[in-house]
Amino acid sequence: MSGLILKNGYVYDPLNGIKGEKMDICIENGKIVEEVSDAKVIDCSGKVVMPGGVEIHSHLAGGKVNVGRMLRPEDHLKNVYPKTKLTRAANGYSTPSTFLTGYLYAKLGYTTAFTAALPPLMARHTHEELHDIPMLDKGALTLMGNNWFIMRYLKRGDVELAAAFVAWLLKAVKGYAIKVVNPGGGEAWGWGRDVRSLDDPVPHFDITPREIISGLVKVNEMLALPHSIHLHANNLGRVGNFATTLETMQVPNGTKPARERQVLQLTHAQFHSYGGDSWKNFASEAESIAKAVNSNENVIIDIGQVVFGDTTTMTADGPMEYYLSSLTGLKWANKNIELETSPGVTPFVYSKRSPVSAVQWAVGLELALHINDAWKVLLTTDHPNGAPFFKYPTIIAWLMSSKYREETMKEVHSAAQKNTTLATIDREYDFYEIATITRAGQAKSLGIQETKGHLGVGADADVAVYDINPEEIDPSRDYKLIEEKFARTSYTIKGGEIVVKDGEIVKVVQGKTLYIDARVDESLEREVMRDIDYYFKRFYSVNLANYPVQEVYLTNPTPVQIDATNVR
Amino acid sequence: MKEVVLTPKEQPSYGLIAECISCDVFAGKSIDEIKALPVYYGNKQGELGDFFEISGEVASSAEEQRIVIAGDVPKTRWIGKEMSAGEIVVKGSAEMYVGAWMRGGKIIVEGNVGAFSGMLMQGGELYVKGNAGDYLGCSYRGEWRGMRGGTIIVEGNAGMEVGQNLNGGRIFVKGSVESFAGVRMKKGLLVVGSATDRVGAQMVGGTIVVLGNVLRLLPSFDPAGEVENPSVADESFEGVFNKYTGDHAERHAKGVLYVRKE
Repeated sequence: MSGLILKNGYVYDPLNGIKGEKMDICIENGKIVEEVSDAKVIDCSGKVVMPGGVEIHSHLAGGKVNVGRMLRPEDHLKNVYPKTKLTRAANGYSTPSTFLTGYLYAKLGYTTAFTAALPPLMARHTHEELHDIPMLDKGALTLMGNNWFIMRYLKRGDVELAAAFVAWLLKAVKGYAIKVVNPGGGEAWGWGRDVRSLDDPVPHFDITPREIISGLVKVNEMLALPHSIHLHANNLGRVGNFATTLETMQVPNGTKPARERQVLQLTHAQFHSYGGDSWKNFASEAESIAKAVNSNENVIIDIGQVVFGDTTTMTADGPMEYYLSSLTGLKWANKNIELETSPGVTPFVYSKRSPVSAVQWAVGLELALHINDAWKVLLTTDHPNGAPFFKYPTIIAWLMSSKYREETMKEVHSAAQKNTTLATIDREYDFYEIATITRAGQAKSLGIQETKGHLGVGADADVAVYDINPEEIDPSRDYKLIEEKFARTSYTIKGGEIVVKDGEIVKVVQGKTLYIDARVDESLEREVMRDIDYYFKRFYSVNLANYPVQEVYLTNPTPVQIDATNVR
Repeated sequence: MKEVVLTPKEQPSYGLIAECISCDVFAGKSIDEIKALPVYYGNKQGELGDFFEISGEVASSAEEQRIVIAGDVPKTRWIGKEMSAGEIVVKGSAEMYVGAWMRGGKIIVEGNVGAFSGMLMQGGELYVKGNAGDYLGCSYRGEWRGMRGGTIIVEGNAGMEVGQNLNGGRIFVKGSVESFAGVRMKKGLLVVGSATDRVGAQMVGGTIVVLGNVLRLLPSFDPAGEVENPSVADESFEGVFNKYTGDHAERHAKGVLYVRKE
């Protein structure tokens, strides 16, 4: 493989503190190098060069994504791509097919993406879908917040056994991090109930969401996993839920992170920052959430921004999806993943005329703008819950232009003006901050910042080149141009190969699949295996031997070795 | 109006996807360009000229265009898809999806049409002299926002789920319809000669008028007295009708069902 030189671009590389300097980026053998001879030169003058985008939270693949596809045949009709010489036939708007997901991310300049919720029992299926998502390096956040084993161990205070179980589970299902969704609520949903506060006990387990969260935080730091716990808090989407969210942020207080990162990522915070006491006076509490994040060293958020339009909501929060479908009267699907989780799916239309949608739209932007440190904000739409991921350019344009926000606010229900603070904010993101919230911050949060999310020597050669001249363009005024240019890269380079040129796929590549291979103390492992054996015989519908996912299901399996033998 | 005549040649034994047969597509093209328009059958792509003799005059705008299919095309699908103006006359029967997403203009079919005809229509008129298949004037699979406007008239009978998810517009079937007429209907008017069972199931709005018998009425419809010569929008119906409201299995249901008293 011969090298590449990206010449004279304006480089934005927050992990290395580079703010739009004119630089050359040299690439050889899939890595960024100091210099390279015999290289193809790409002229990037007058263009923005950023590390390849990193997506930390997107429902790319898995059981409920497929349920969404089945539930919404009408959604496939909106976006249809015929087969080409390079790319497969593909379709889907809010529930894009696997191949399309890869192609669309690559066109946005993204090169790494993590699927937001892997139900362990559905791991094989999820990896089969991930296998068919080209262009991206992948990983899976693994659902553990309603897992019977974990709830039992934590209730008994056996944090070490819980840690050993987590290590076994991540390796068995080839997962990457601990994802917690509505802790306790998913299990309560099995009994037709939900948990509505941090201290509501889970039926039959007598454990509270607070105990689950603090227990899993401990487990995560014990194992020193690369990512922090990834928490979808209780009461998602409920009026007045910000109180629960504020309380949740305090749970890991005093915990020291085992790595250089947060201890808690509050995911799709937009859905958790609502005030008011009924849908009639539904209002934003983004400012108080942002204040709490500003003053809390341990917590970062990803936004979960809403963009107006038709989408499909899907989450492992089964009771919430039922509640939502009972509000809209639209079709709804529910899944029960045995001892592990209970996802739901229902379509949703964010309407500009709806006061609730208007406030939701404003809340996401408020969060991003009120939180001072861009490293504490990650850009997501919780694809496809807030909007499909390919709406990111619109959100980037909103963040970079207060004028664009004003223009949009004129089109939407006046609640966005009255019940939020968005209209009072002048702050505008610059390219450096955009690079932080879409790449560097995401890589840092995931603990992959050594090779991803930057352009320093030794990093993977994942690069996005946008046809934007930061010296000529005024994002505040030319927001439409920003939106357009971020939607299709001039070049996307993945592992040193040009995969997208001028917004068209020119090469299809297969990425890596990252998973955690943590080694724990042998006697601890034996003890956990006894429990696992018993539970599988007694409760699971599959045999233990058929549960783990073999590496053959993964594209370029890349284990992240963790030595946790000191946990005993 | 200028007229282009399509005379069917040998037809494939399975579906011929010919969504190009539309006044919007034809207008402004030469006859040779029309002959070369793509059609699909099985996994193959062909040209419209492979299946039809094409002659006549092409208009510069869709409004001025008339297309006549001079014979039976029992395997041709998607005639008049997304058409916004002009007129299509089929002098025989056509298959599925006639007039799907139609926005304006008129389609006249002298024979029968297949299933999903008039799907998600927004305007215009579809007139069928024969019978229609299932899902006349329905929504696309999974879509809850159905046909929004326009008029469908069927002189014969129609199959199941006529006007499913109807969200506006009018459908008249002079003959009988099968189960689930007007299922999940929200707005608009559905008039049928006679119906079998589950008429108006899950309807929350709009009006269904049955000019003859209903085999079995759903128990979730409440009687609301008798009405003489009811009129809905600007249509009026002669005779004495039993009025019902429903489907009360749904929340806030405001659907109205008239069944003519014998």
